[in-house]
Amino acid sequence: MSKRRFGLALSLVLAAGTVLGACGSDKEEGNGSDKGSSSDGGNTSEFSLGMVTDVGGIDDKSFNQSAWKGIQDFGSENSLKKGDGGFDYLQSQSDADYTTNLNALARRDFNLIFGVGFLMEDAIDTIAQQQKDTEFAIIDGVVEQPNVASVLFKEQEGAYLAGVAAALMTKSDKIGFVGGMEIPVIERFEVGFLAGVKAVKPDLKVDVQYTGAFDKAELGKAAANRMYSSGVDIIFHAAGGSGNGVFSEAKERKSADKDAYVWVIGVDSDQYDEGQVGDDNVTLTSMLKRVDNAVNDIAKLSKEGKFPGGETKVYGLHDEGVALADSRGAIPEDVLAQIEEYDKKISEGEIEVPGEK
Amino acid sequence: MSNRLINVLVPVISIILGLLVGAVVMLVSGYDPIAGYIALWNGIFGDSYAIGETIRQISPYILAGLAVAFAFRTGLFNIGVEGQLIVGWFAAAYVGMAFELPKIIHLPLALLAAAAAGAIWGLIPGLLKATLKVHEVIVTIMMNYIALHLVNALIKVVAKGGFKTDKIQDTASLRSDFLSELTDFSTLHYGIFVALFMVFIMWFILERMKLGYELKSVGFNENAAQYAGMSVKKNIVMAMVISGAFAGLGGAMEALGTFGNMSTRAGFTGIGFDGIAVALLGANTPLGVVFGASLFGSLKYGANNMPNAANIPIEIVSIVIALIIFFVACGYIIRVGLQRIGKNKEAK
Repeated sequence: MSKRRFGLALSLVLAAGTVLGACGSDKEEGNGSDKGSSSDGGNTSEFSLGMVTDVGGIDDKSFNQSAWKGIQDFGSENSLKKGDGGFDYLQSQSDADYTTNLNALARRDFNLIFGVGFLMEDAIDTIAQQQKDTEFAIIDGVVEQPNVASVLFKEQEGAYLAGVAAALMTKSDKIGFVGGMEIPVIERFEVGFLAGVKAVKPDLKVDVQYTGAFDKAELGKAAANRMYSSGVDIIFHAAGGSGNGVFSEAKERKSADKDAYVWVIGVDSDQYDEGQVGDDNVTLTSMLKRVDNAVNDIAKLSKEGKFPGGETKVYGLHDEGVALADSRGAIPEDVLAQIEEYDKKISEGEIEVPGEK
Repeated sequence: MSNRLINVLVPVISIILGLLVGAVVMLVSGYDPIAGYIALWNGIFGDSYAIGETIRQISPYILAGLAVAFAFRTGLFNIGVEGQLIVGWFAAAYVGMAFELPKIIHLPLALLAAAAAGAIWGLIPGLLKATLKVHEVIVTIMMNYIALHLVNALIKVVAKGGFKTDKIQDTASLRSDFLSELTDFSTLHYGIFVALFMVFIMWFILERMKLGYELKSVGFNENAAQYAGMSVKKNIVMAMVISGAFAGLGGAMEALGTFGNMSTRAGFTGIGFDGIAVALLGANTPLGVVFGASLFGSLKYGANNMPNAANIPIEIVSIVIALIIFFVACGYIIRVGLQRIGKNKEAK
């Protein structure tokens, strides 16, 4: 009985398989011929690029979003359209998806594919060896393959300026730093920030705490709560989504007491909107990591046939890879002038900001 | 309506219902369901690469499912599969990296290490349950967190401050050039054979061994088993240890096959929790787990192709996939519905 049942079920599945398979392959053939014709004309004149996000997605208000913006900008400058032969992205649901997503884009014949985030190092390393005709670029990581360009940022330089701003603006002489995971990228933020604070006020001690995750707003909130309660008035976060908790804690304090002196320094993109509470705003400034500029730059080089394969490009203050966002009046003019001085000194190489602990 | 017809109709109708409701969701959100489902189909079976990746995704699901199912048969709810899988992953990655041995010893050793690590992680809740009557659900959930953060700390030590362990030696790898070439460079590895072998092992323990008979007896009725002279305590501990070993092997799939190392994790893999659903879909039988894992793994992997080929956002895709699984799990309701229709007709 049960055997017969199983047999029937199996044959049904097989039948369904053939029927569906038939329409699947039909469709694929259509796609294949389309692709063939477009890439015939495309390879000579057109240039296409794609990106694979880490688990954050393109609306993470952080570097995935910034990278996608860079690709969109490049697309509109070169009048490309979203989709095959233009520009597109794939979002990863888990770390097992990195290789398959990279491969999926490579199979769709994109010329240049970005992998966003250091977690994708291994995946890009593997895929780059299999898809030798495709150019890859990794953001925040280093992969040594002839067809991979590695993009790093001198986060420490931007964080240094944030540290200078915080040290000049603090009233309680207590400053906090909330980090995500203790990985090299985030440690560059911490080291630069501490150096910047020290440059202005050598004796000031910075309260440093890591949440251990980039997607746990409640941990960021708890860390901020402890810091603000202990008298800290400015917190710089480099914790991605966990940093949203820092903002919500600051906003709660601000809405409870309009005169509360609490500030947050945002990270990666301009987080001014995150800090809006009624008519006030708790965002002092944001340390911008211009992933979009870097992406745009690499894309241009690749299009011109000067793709920096096998090289590591480092973007700092000098090449607009990092910067401070417009504070929209939160930082007074005279302080801004002082920050500007440090900015110049770093750009000109007079101050060398350390990048490691 | 005959019983046989109902048995065939139930899964078919459940899947069709799931697909239909999923289609409505896609239509309402303004996407083309037909393109979506074609993309899903091609994502699972489209070419040899997709098939390879789908099978790769299925392997850890089978082992996670076996782990949950095995504990269920003894009346235990092992929610700690996730944690057991994580310690297994680390153990395999470490043994694979740290030793230099010939393949014939190294690979089995790495697999054994993963199974042992998972078994130890299962032993603790098993002992607590058997001796102190501490409920295994609570202990296993908490053990998940301990596993996650302990392993993160260990990775840091092993990697000397880095965030990921070095790649395992080739001698410990489940990867094969043969399978890879067969499937157009997919990450398919020999893990699927390990998983299927474990399916056989579970069947063998449960159906052919005295141990299995005792384990099942404890699952059916603890008191009766005790009265019949079986040691309930011993069996509870054994069930958790074997369940943990299956889960640990699931971690070895990731360590020795898919990734070749382990990175610091900010959160759980989700495979262990999905294993609960896999086991329930498979009615806690070894063969059922294979089907449950196949359904879960294929949908999970194939779904990635829906944003790629049909431009449907990943959020909508998640809803559609969840709906399909939901309706498959709801098979009972459909069965009752069909029987009622059948009875009405007979009455007329």
